[in-house]
Amino acid sequence: MVAALAEVATHHAAGAALDIEQVSHAFDIDGAELPVLSDVSIAVEPGEFVALLGPSGCGKSTLLRLVAGLDKPKAGSLREDEIRIVRPHPSRVVVFQDPTLFPWRTVWDNVALGLEAQGILKSQRQRVDDALDLVGLSSFRNAYPQQLSGGMAQRVALARALVNDPKILVLDEPLGKLDSLTRITMQAELVSLWQRKGFTTLLVTHDAEEALVLANRVIVFSERPARVKADIRVDRPYPRHRGDPYLADLRRQILGLLGLDATW
Amino acid sequence: MATGFRRGRGRQRRLDRLSRTHSLGIAAFVIAATALFGTVGADYLGYTGRALRQRAPWLIVLGVFLTLWEVATAKFAWLPLPFFPPPQAIIEVYTDDLPKLLDSVFASVKLQLGGYIIGATVGFLTGVSIGWSRAVGYWLHPVLRFIGPLPATAWLPIAFFTFPSSWSASTFLIALATGFPVTVLTWSGVASVSGAYYDVARTLGAKPSFLVLKVAIPAALPHVFVGLFMGLGASFALLVIAEMIGVKAGLGWYLQWAQGWAAYANMYAALIVMSLLCSGAITLLFAVRDRLLVWQKGTVKW
Repeated sequence: MVAALAEVATHHAAGAALDIEQVSHAFDIDGAELPVLSDVSIAVEPGEFVALLGPSGCGKSTLLRLVAGLDKPKAGSLREDEIRIVRPHPSRVVVFQDPTLFPWRTVWDNVALGLEAQGILKSQRQRVDDALDLVGLSSFRNAYPQQLSGGMAQRVALARALVNDPKILVLDEPLGKLDSLTRITMQAELVSLWQRKGFTTLLVTHDAEEALVLANRVIVFSERPARVKADIRVDRPYPRHRGDPYLADLRRQILGLLGLDATW
Repeated sequence: MATGFRRGRGRQRRLDRLSRTHSLGIAAFVIAATALFGTVGADYLGYTGRALRQRAPWLIVLGVFLTLWEVATAKFAWLPLPFFPPPQAIIEVYTDDLPKLLDSVFASVKLQLGGYIIGATVGFLTGVSIGWSRAVGYWLHPVLRFIGPLPATAWLPIAFFTFPSSWSASTFLIALATGFPVTVLTWSGVASVSGAYYDVARTLGAKPSFLVLKVAIPAALPHVFVGLFMGLGASFALLVIAEMIGVKAGLGWYLQWAQGWAAYANMYAALIVMSLLCSGAITLLFAVRDRLLVWQKGTVKW
């Protein structure tokens, strides 16, 4: 395991900077334009862990698709290390809410997907083994996705992303569908992976506590069309405790921004 | 060979016709004894024993059926000849008319295999292209809708005079019968692939060729096999009809010919062979499917 980590470290590239500048986006639905993002600007430092928090359906996931390069914004620009994002690239890998593993591939073959697509699998098979080690699923390498639990499947999806040594890891509510115990475990794993490998992380979540336990910075969005409502620094060392009064205070503040202060 | 048919026709040949009674009796006795001892002593026979014991009820039913058949035909002649020959007459066909039967089997398999492989390949490629490319879909979809639902048999008269030989005409028709379901199901399989798979592959650096070969096609494969299965059924029907009408070889032709000679034993014998071949083809197809789709749960066991 230690050897495996050292091996991974040699490939590892530290995080990239991400500049989101005055991005607006809209969907065409039956001829009508539905604005989803309105003049969003966020500058993410290399290696930062940024949580994007907002009401359900506000357009956070759309922003992630733009960062991934899966869609193009209607206005504004996105840059990774000063290079404009126009199409998907394995330096920016997305982990979706559903693990979306390919059911016809074994766990190993799923993790190998990125290297295979880039045509470098033959010479770099070791990286797949290392990524599986990293998420603790080496013994399931020959299993099919339907044989895995939800948490295991999401860990495979994480390994499939990490094997590419992304500079920006884009997480679209990856823990949203897991049970609360698995979730807490995986939050800790995420933080330690991020600390070890140093990639820039963008996490969409609708759970204020999750955002505060994981991120350096929490960006709160308004209702659709999403605007940046607040940009909050979370200056606390890791590992963080859920009961930390400082975090509880921030949480109250964030819920207030989201219009939920009545429940507190 | 023709003597095999003629022999069964006259009443004065009855004795001759039932010539295998003795050997049939011995064979039946040996099989029954083996089954009986095998089933009773299954505990000592390991896997074979267990398999035998599991099938014992079926073996009894089969034995009873064969006995009734023998009694109703050869012994008491309750069922009218020549329409209902006794079991030994069918065995006689297999021993005496074997070369002709084998020739027919060979001709049928050759015709079926050629047409099916062509139809399945063309159907698969067409289905993938329609599902993948909007331009191809635009041009092929109307053609498919116009020609596809037409039973391939409707083309028989045209095909037999436009093609240089009845063999090529039949190959074309079998390919047509196979190709339609394979095309439609491959297409629907490719079209129904979740966009999330493409998103994942694209963010990992996949090129369009990778998306087709490693995402769309494997994801569509369960549908493709439904199409291949349906195409197989349709092509069997076409094979038999083509052989009965135009092709002067094969099991369909053998059936027709036997009927012309009122050689009903030969007909039943050919039907049994045909059934085994069709069932075998489906078994083979399902075996290939189970191999390629091991990741799927709960597929039908054939």
